[in-house]
Amino acid sequence: MTEAITKIPLEYYIILASALFCIGVIGVLTRKNALIIFMCVELMLNAVNMLFIAFSAYKGDAAGQVFVFFIMAVAAAEVAVGLAIIVMIYRNTRSVDIGQLNKIKY
Amino acid sequence: MSLSENLFYFLSFVAILSALMVVFSKNPIHSVLYLIVVFFALTGHYILLNAQFLAVVNIIVYAGAIMVLFLFVIMFLNLKQETEPPAKSKLIRFAAVISGGLLLLVMVASLKSLEPYKVQGNIRSDIGLVENLGKVLYNDFLLPFELASVLFLMAMVGAVMLGKREGGERNF
Repeated sequence: MTEAITKIPLEYYIILASALFCIGVIGVLTRKNALIIFMCVELMLNAVNMLFIAFSAYKGDAAGQVFVFFIMAVAAAEVAVGLAIIVMIYRNTRSVDIGQLNKIKY
Repeated sequence: MSLSENLFYFLSFVAILSALMVVFSKNPIHSVLYLIVVFFALTGHYILLNAQFLAVVNIIVYAGAIMVLFLFVIMFLNLKQETEPPAKSKLIRFAAVISGGLLLLVMVASLKSLEPYKVQGNIRSDIGLVENLGKVLYNDFLLPFELASVLFLMAMVGAVMLGKREGGERNF
């Protein structure tokens, strides 16, 4: 199964990963629900993973895939802590609206 | 067009469409389900790119563990379309979409200055297998691998400490 690597230019994968990353950025900027913002961050992480794997496959170097492995491990830890924080926010403010968190700055 | 090219375009279409639906759907549960579709599409890409082990790990860790955690929290907090916070003003949303589009434009435009990448000679189709990845992981990346365990320990302690109920109040 090396057909995809020989037939599809690397640029296409870069464009796909950039598009996914930008959709994640747009989601973080437009939504107010803390959970959805968190999901968009996951989307951005996955776009980067995709780019790492594409580069690693085209270069024939396994180090890129090991990096993706570490990113997945960090993402799992991040989700556990992040969701605990969101549950804490919900307990204190009774909503997941990030607009209500502006009191933190005082 | 060959099979893998068709698969590439199909999976990219599915991934981008579902990613847009994650951002723009009103119901948080639908967002989670669309995000799972994105992860499956990306898994298809990983298989096309000969990263078989990471494809399986992506399914198990992302679609299996992380998204179930998200779904669990959404059901736990009983989030529905009606409890969704009011959307940001039209101007802010418009500005956000414009700035995201500009970011994409800059990233794609920077590709123009690159020379097209040529794959050199023989492509190895076995770099994504467990045997090969394990050798690299335990030879070159042994220290980060061990440090990841410390990270997990801290994440576990942090999650338990944050999730603990404070004395006195019983909110739910």
